[in-house]
Amino acid sequence: MWIYEKKLEYPVRVYKNDIGMARLLMAQYGGPDSELSAAVRYLTQRYTMPTNKAKGLLTDIGTEEMAHWEIVATMIYKLVKGVPAKQLREAGLGAYFAEHDRAVYPADAAGMPWTAAYIQATGDPIADLHEDMAAEQKARATYEHLIQLTDDPGVKDTLRFLRQREVVHFQRFGEALNDVQALMDSKKFF
Amino acid sequence: MDKRLSMLKEIQALEFVAIELNLYLDTHPGDRAALRDFYTIRDKLFAAIECYEKTYGPLRVFGDAPSQYPWPWIEDPWPWEIEYK
Ligand SMILES: [Fe+2]
Repeated sequence: MWIYEKKLEYPVRVYKNDIGMARLLMAQYGGPDSELSAAVRYLTQRYTMPTNKAKGLLTDIGTEEMAHWEIVATMIYKLVKGVPAKQLREAGLGAYFAEHDRAVYPADAAGMPWTAAYIQATGDPIADLHEDMAAEQKARATYEHLIQLTDDPGVKDTLRFLRQREVVHFQRFGEALNDVQALMDSKKFF
Repeated sequence: MDKRLSMLKEIQALEFVAIELNLYLDTHPGDRAALRDFYTIRDKLFAAIECYEKTYGPLRVFGDAPSQYPWPWIEDPWPWEIEYK
């Protein structure tokens, strides 16, 4: 089970409304390499991991990704807070507003709804952990792009935190992979 | 609100270290120094949360916040509503 803590993992400061940036951040909220994909991917793959290290790590990183999903949602919520509907339309969010108003709906930057087709769970721990490491690198690259796309020092600060977490997750997944690999080698499957 | 925010930021900072050590320990369960750091930080974190909850209400629904009428859990601000300075 999970128990909610009524706080963000890291503060979210937004100095001014920026509809365009809110839209771009949807990539990390409901896109293929989003925090939502990360959380569902890890929390799904953990059941078929062969080592306790990997089971623990996927559970704990999956949980942290949910906290990151909440941080990204908070940035989007604050970036469009109080913006009139007409301005949202002028900034290209007219179609989004018609369907969702200012709700933080899990879609990507182009409005495509989130889908489980973005993630994989093969039941093969080596394949899954490699996917996880690639996913962390893709998320890191996306955060680096997003940091270049905003001048808001608050948004930049939070994005840098999230970027750094992807680097740490990548490192830990690599260690879990080595451990699983050693176990597989010792069993000599083929 | 300033006092509340600074206490909240202290909790976020402590919990961040705890999360970082938690993930590290998942793949290094035998690292004594990291274990010692984890338990030290955890104690500081619990103390900071307890102190915050006494004054500002629950961060955790099953936490250490004092019994209060009416149900204090739903009181604002919710995490996405907080204006950090
Ligand atoms: Fe991650």
